[in-house]
Amino acid sequence: MKLDLDIKQLLSAVDVPADWVGLREVYEAHTPRMIRDGVPVANGRASTHGIMVEVLVDGQFGYFGTPNMTPKGIANAAKKAYQQANIASRHSTFQFDETARPSHQGTYQSPFTKNRESLSAGKLNETLLEAYNHLKVSDKIVSASSLCQVIESSFRFVSSNGSDITQDFLMFEFDLSATAADGTNQQTRTFGGMRGTCRQMGMEYFDKYEILANANRIGEQAIELLDADDCPTGEMDAVIAPDQMMLQIHESVGHALEVDRILGDERNYAGWSFVKLEDFGKLQYGSKLMNITFDPTLESEFASYAYDDGGLKATKEHLIKDGLLVRGLGGQESQIRSGLNGVANFRASGWNRAPIDRMANINLEPGDSSFDDLISQVEYGVYMESNKSWSIDDYRNKFQFGCEYGKLIENGQMTKTVRNPNYRGISTPFWNSLKGVGNADTFGIYGTPNCGKGEPNQVIRVGHASPTCLFENIQIFGGV
Amino acid sequence: MEQIFNKISESLFTQIQNGENLILSFSGENSQFIRFNKAAVRQTGLVDDADLGLKFIANNRTVRGGFTVSGNFDVDIARGKSEIKRMRLEAQEIPEDPFVVLPENSGSSHEIKSANGLQFEHAVDAILPAMDGMDFVGIWANGKMFRGNANNLGQKHWFETESFSLDYSLVTPEHQMVKGSFAGSDWNQNDYESYVKRSRNKLTLMEKKPIKIEKGNYRTWFESAAVSDFLGMFSWNGISEASLRQGCSGFGRMRHDDVRLSPKFSVIEDFSPGFCPKFNSNGEVSNDQLTLIDSGELKNTLVSSRSAKEYGVDSNYAEAGEYMRSPKMVSGELSQNDVVTKIGTGLYLSNIHYLNWSDNAGGRITGLTRYACFWVENGEIIAPIETMRFDDSFYNFFGDNLVDVEDKSSINPEVETYGGRGLGATTCPGILVNDFALTL
Repeated sequence: MKLDLDIKQLLSAVDVPADWVGLREVYEAHTPRMIRDGVPVANGRASTHGIMVEVLVDGQFGYFGTPNMTPKGIANAAKKAYQQANIASRHSTFQFDETARPSHQGTYQSPFTKNRESLSAGKLNETLLEAYNHLKVSDKIVSASSLCQVIESSFRFVSSNGSDITQDFLMFEFDLSATAADGTNQQTRTFGGMRGTCRQMGMEYFDKYEILANANRIGEQAIELLDADDCPTGEMDAVIAPDQMMLQIHESVGHALEVDRILGDERNYAGWSFVKLEDFGKLQYGSKLMNITFDPTLESEFASYAYDDGGLKATKEHLIKDGLLVRGLGGQESQIRSGLNGVANFRASGWNRAPIDRMANINLEPGDSSFDDLISQVEYGVYMESNKSWSIDDYRNKFQFGCEYGKLIENGQMTKTVRNPNYRGISTPFWNSLKGVGNADTFGIYGTPNCGKGEPNQVIRVGHASPTCLFENIQIFGGV
Repeated sequence: MEQIFNKISESLFTQIQNGENLILSFSGENSQFIRFNKAAVRQTGLVDDADLGLKFIANNRTVRGGFTVSGNFDVDIARGKSEIKRMRLEAQEIPEDPFVVLPENSGSSHEIKSANGLQFEHAVDAILPAMDGMDFVGIWANGKMFRGNANNLGQKHWFETESFSLDYSLVTPEHQMVKGSFAGSDWNQNDYESYVKRSRNKLTLMEKKPIKIEKGNYRTWFESAAVSDFLGMFSWNGISEASLRQGCSGFGRMRHDDVRLSPKFSVIEDFSPGFCPKFNSNGEVSNDQLTLIDSGELKNTLVSSRSAKEYGVDSNYAEAGEYMRSPKMVSGELSQNDVVTKIGTGLYLSNIHYLNWSDNAGGRITGLTRYACFWVENGEIIAPIETMRFDDSFYNFFGDNLVDVEDKSSINPEVETYGGRGLGATTCPGILVNDFALTL
């Protein structure tokens, strides 16, 4: 049950001598449904609703996140936020002014044609149960699951300098998973890896026949992996599918370009970055084929929006153009602190956290190679799909990824299936080994609901879209 | 908070009809967060937050609900009634669950730990002077945390604690770093300043130019904080009974092939220090101690009541996710004073970073060195090392390659704040291992 608030009225209840005041109301409801091994294991709905009161005092922002959304509650929150900011203003990292919170007015509604209520709990459970039955293609499937989580989110931002923004989102996360096991040989296949299938869309996504066909394929591939050879070890070419490219982009480009990391805010937690402020406009991050964009405008991608949580209007921008680093992932505060051009990416995980620099949709733009063109260029290598393991150092240099499903490529053709495909490398040498970028036909839109960062910690949704890509001379290896 | 929880609970239980059950789970905090960078305040604020989780069971179906507790009784009761109405309807629509876990009344508990912590308005002035002249970055979290659970059969648990943590890094001009985590309940300025002084001293070891290590296998010492991170992996596709049954646990070789780890390796779930509540979100209370691995042998997995029903085994009242809530690794015989000598030539790793299973079935974990990590030669610390990636199996480093275990354990408090401030701690010693694999 969502309370309807007059947030402008609440703003007028604030009575502190601050240089700027903003109220950010966030309501979010999650509706998970999951069938595992033929029985329901999750059905429910949970919501969170509160207001972040933020004030600017002598160059320092202070905040109070409160679920008490009465005029008295907001007035009290503002007083305490003021006190926090006032004490800290003698020790500020940076002295901000009102320009850190630009004034904008506007709205955003994520695209959908069928709302959550159009698909009942019973019907959705039926579809998920049928999907489970299609995943369970053999007795060797020891566990299988199908899940859908619908997310409804509403955001309202008003400020003393005239911002008035309303944004509403309907999203979902969807997954199918089958685990095949034979003794300690166990292989899991999913629908896009690690909840990679997540979009801004409505219930129109749930085409039952397509879901069942995919469930059947996933079950069959899990069985196929059980008897597959282990991925070979050595330096060879890698052709990487969009549902793994998304993690490659996320970890070795997105996080590395967050300007708050470069400025050192994250050094105690997520880490620093190998990228330095002076690298923008100079660093050849990857080969000429590499074009990375911050694109909050791509329809249905998971982290599209019109304004960030500081009120800045969001537009599509190149971060890396023809391999050259041209722009950072820095919101208005980071742009002021660093003097760099940035983007509208000042985002918070909810009403109880302050915004920081985050990824939104960070995409690799399509090239002009067909899928067959990419494969035909490989004499000996591995094609990999769907992330299952990820790790990178605190400077975003040395990464290692594991995938669910691989195919050996020999003399320009995909031959046999291989299991446990892994690869490792170092960010800029890896991206400079980008030899082929797939065309729009190979382009896939994915994302993740689980990007962690910040102190206090915040988990946030990001989108990543990419074509299939070819990298040459990569360190590839298999399982134990 | 307790009064709010009690009042809401009593009111919502009156809504329950014959044949229905309701379990309420409460989690809340009144917290201060101050984020520091370059020994100055980057962000500062307060968060009051409380969530009520509802688990409604009827007709052999379980439906969940949840909402933010505003503190306004009328608003909260309206939200609760609305949730019960929705859950009651939904329970008519969804398929039957043969493994429904019904609530019981096995007794109530009440634990409040008050503290003489640092007042919110004094935090900045208490913390910053000790960091004078340092490149200090980190997070201060302070305040009360609340957990509650109640069901319509009359069982009620309440846990309330007050604590602080300053999780931080000190950084040299050459970007070498040491990690500190000063946490507790009662604030003592002298203790804090002494702790920071030790961090400063450790940082001087980082002033030497870092050396590059080649990939290969090394004799390696892991400090307690690093061991704690390895043990944390057991809570993710590891020690869970459900994970084992569903074919996604790294413990499969121990369960199916009777593979054993080193006799020097023992782990228990130990609630006796009271770092976190003994009750889970279902209101079930665990024993004070549960042996998981005894002298290298897998003795128990974590079993929730749902897994118990599904797989026909006994529950040990693990949380639904079957993760360790208060793990303790048993200490050994190696004195900290002898560590560098015992390494001989190899690595001294204070912290590790960004772990993940690289081959879950094989127990292989990848990750990176971070913070104060050194090259040791002939029993002497030579210099810090450049960041290295490792990729090795716990069947090796907690198995045949485990040389020795420290004679003292350290408490590594939970400092994560995803969603809200976490509770709990991992108590463990350092370990010395042979042939630890560095790969990049």
